[in-house]
Amino acid sequence: MATRVLQDLGVSPGLAVGTAVWLRRASAEIPVRTLAEAEVAGEQARFRQAVAEAEAEIGALRKRVAKDVGEAEAQVFDAHLAFLGDPAYTGEIERKIVADRVNAEAACRDVTEATRAMLASLPDEYLAARADDICDVGSRLLRLLQGVAGVDFANLPEQAVVVADELVPSDLSGLPKQVVGFVVARGSKTAHTAILARTMRLPAVYGLGDAMEAIADGQLLVVDGDTGFVMVDPSTNEVEKARQARQVQAEAQARAEARAHESAVTRDGRRIEVFANVGKPEDADAAVAAGADGVGLFRTEFLYFDNDHWPTEEEQYEAYRRVLEAFGEKPVIIRTLDIGGDKQLPYAQLPVEENPFLGLRGIRYCLAEPDVFRTQLRALLRASVHGTLWVMFPMVENVSEFRAAKEWVARCKKELEDEGVAVREDIPLGIMVETPAAALTADVLAREVDFFSIGTNDLTQYTLAADRGNTDVASLYDPLHPAVLRLIRMTCVAAEQVGIPVGMCGEMAGDAELTELLVGLGLQELSMSSAFVPLVKERVRGVDTRMARAKADAAAAAESPEAVRAKLAAVDGAGTAGEPL
Amino acid sequence: MVEQTVTLKNRNGLHARPAALLVQTASKQSCKIWIRKGDKEVDAKSILGVMSLAVGAGETITLKADGAGEEAALRALVELIESGLGEA
Repeated sequence: MATRVLQDLGVSPGLAVGTAVWLRRASAEIPVRTLAEAEVAGEQARFRQAVAEAEAEIGALRKRVAKDVGEAEAQVFDAHLAFLGDPAYTGEIERKIVADRVNAEAACRDVTEATRAMLASLPDEYLAARADDICDVGSRLLRLLQGVAGVDFANLPEQAVVVADELVPSDLSGLPKQVVGFVVARGSKTAHTAILARTMRLPAVYGLGDAMEAIADGQLLVVDGDTGFVMVDPSTNEVEKARQARQVQAEAQARAEARAHESAVTRDGRRIEVFANVGKPEDADAAVAAGADGVGLFRTEFLYFDNDHWPTEEEQYEAYRRVLEAFGEKPVIIRTLDIGGDKQLPYAQLPVEENPFLGLRGIRYCLAEPDVFRTQLRALLRASVHGTLWVMFPMVENVSEFRAAKEWVARCKKELEDEGVAVREDIPLGIMVETPAAALTADVLAREVDFFSIGTNDLTQYTLAADRGNTDVASLYDPLHPAVLRLIRMTCVAAEQVGIPVGMCGEMAGDAELTELLVGLGLQELSMSSAFVPLVKERVRGVDTRMARAKADAAAAAESPEAVRAKLAAVDGAGTAGEPL
Repeated sequence: MVEQTVTLKNRNGLHARPAALLVQTASKQSCKIWIRKGDKEVDAKSILGVMSLAVGAGETITLKADGAGEEAALRALVELIESGLGEA
């Protein structure tokens, strides 16, 4: 059989090669039926058989965990075994089969649920958590009653990839060491089991859905948790290639991380600032550790969304101060509230608009709600003495909006000074360039603002008039469209002419494959998720600005996004780390 | 029928592991055994019953045994609880 390649979401990085082992569960549909009197004894016997099988499974599991992990961890299964022999549990299920004349599955489900509810209601948190244990035992019994064989965890192949429709946290407790990865039909990056997989450093791909039918027990699988690729039944040669590609990538990442705290300078001596995007103050330390030269975008929306009231000046001040202190001398660009009618706040009435992306959002909203704006600006200005603050306004598309915002900053500063509160003098005020209007008039805006930061996500959607969340037009949404590239270049040229910094803080900035193009378009600063900082820095070090410019010009002159990609691939040479799988 | 009151020493209360040990030991006895906390009494041979009492650290419970070997059974359980149920 030819190799099949499936792809979806890599949720836990790394490469795993192993034999597919399907983790099957009881069907969610539990049959309920009333028994004839003559059937009761048989049903009872069937249930006892399931209990005996469950005891055997758990006993084997306990033995293996005791050997592989430790006696203390294995003792958890004593509680499972005790449940199976408990008059209040299995005894109650049998009683129900006899008294209510219902089939074993229905009795098992009902008693398990009642017991779970009892445990969950216990005041002791530890005991309440045992509700998971009873569910685990209950689903094991249901599976056995339905005649579905479980994974024989006591006799796994040497390298096993667990394949399942869905994973629950208890599947991962005391997992045998032979398990090297996961392929799962449903679930996302934020699923608890995905987080656990990352903690356990086991590669995992989620979300394959019906494509999973292509995988059979015993087939060889290659799982790439970075790219989300799963190879089914690959040849020895393909496995070897995948391993080599992974090795090259891992080495590139290690090389990049070793130099992450050095600055990123191109071969011809041009320094590119590589910044991190930060969504919450807690992320600041990770950004510093990753080697970020500063923060290119600190989104302040979390203050508004994770709250049940308008965030106070004090709450905001503490959050801003925390990030500014973490970065010290390095600049931290804080973006003022970017909110609009596409999201609602639980404590405020935002306008309900027919077209929120073209509505009262970003700076428009702040200028319309001066109390909200003023509170944020005061908090920012107060925090300014704790680090190197740059303030950025979102969605600005003309000079008067910027002037009005700047006026508010001056007013708040005066207020604070009158109150005797210290404020830094030299706070740069800049704008997000995220509308075609701002990019096309960047030369005009550049005379007034202190810096630009290009928000490619919005710039792309507004330029191409395509919502990437809409599956019918998502394919049109492409930041490599020459129109977007030209707007980026136009903004960079305008900034360069008056000598103000220009950066980028959209997703595009974190794609190491595009680093050369972006430097060529004229960006001086790139801001991304912390995780990408080391690799992008390393890519910058391989860039020759003159060659990059030529490449960027060719891309901007191309006829389509596909042509841009072809040009990028064609000239690609130095600085490319490994081929994708 | 005999009964005796004891205080639970375990720092985390009578959670899954010590409860399992208590129930295992009780199940080996041929007499009937109950545990009472406040006005709630449960079968000591049922882990769920024992858990549902939610006995916390320093709380007092009463053990009651009835039937053949009740004295020895009660003594064994009291000693087990006082020795910290394998956690001391």
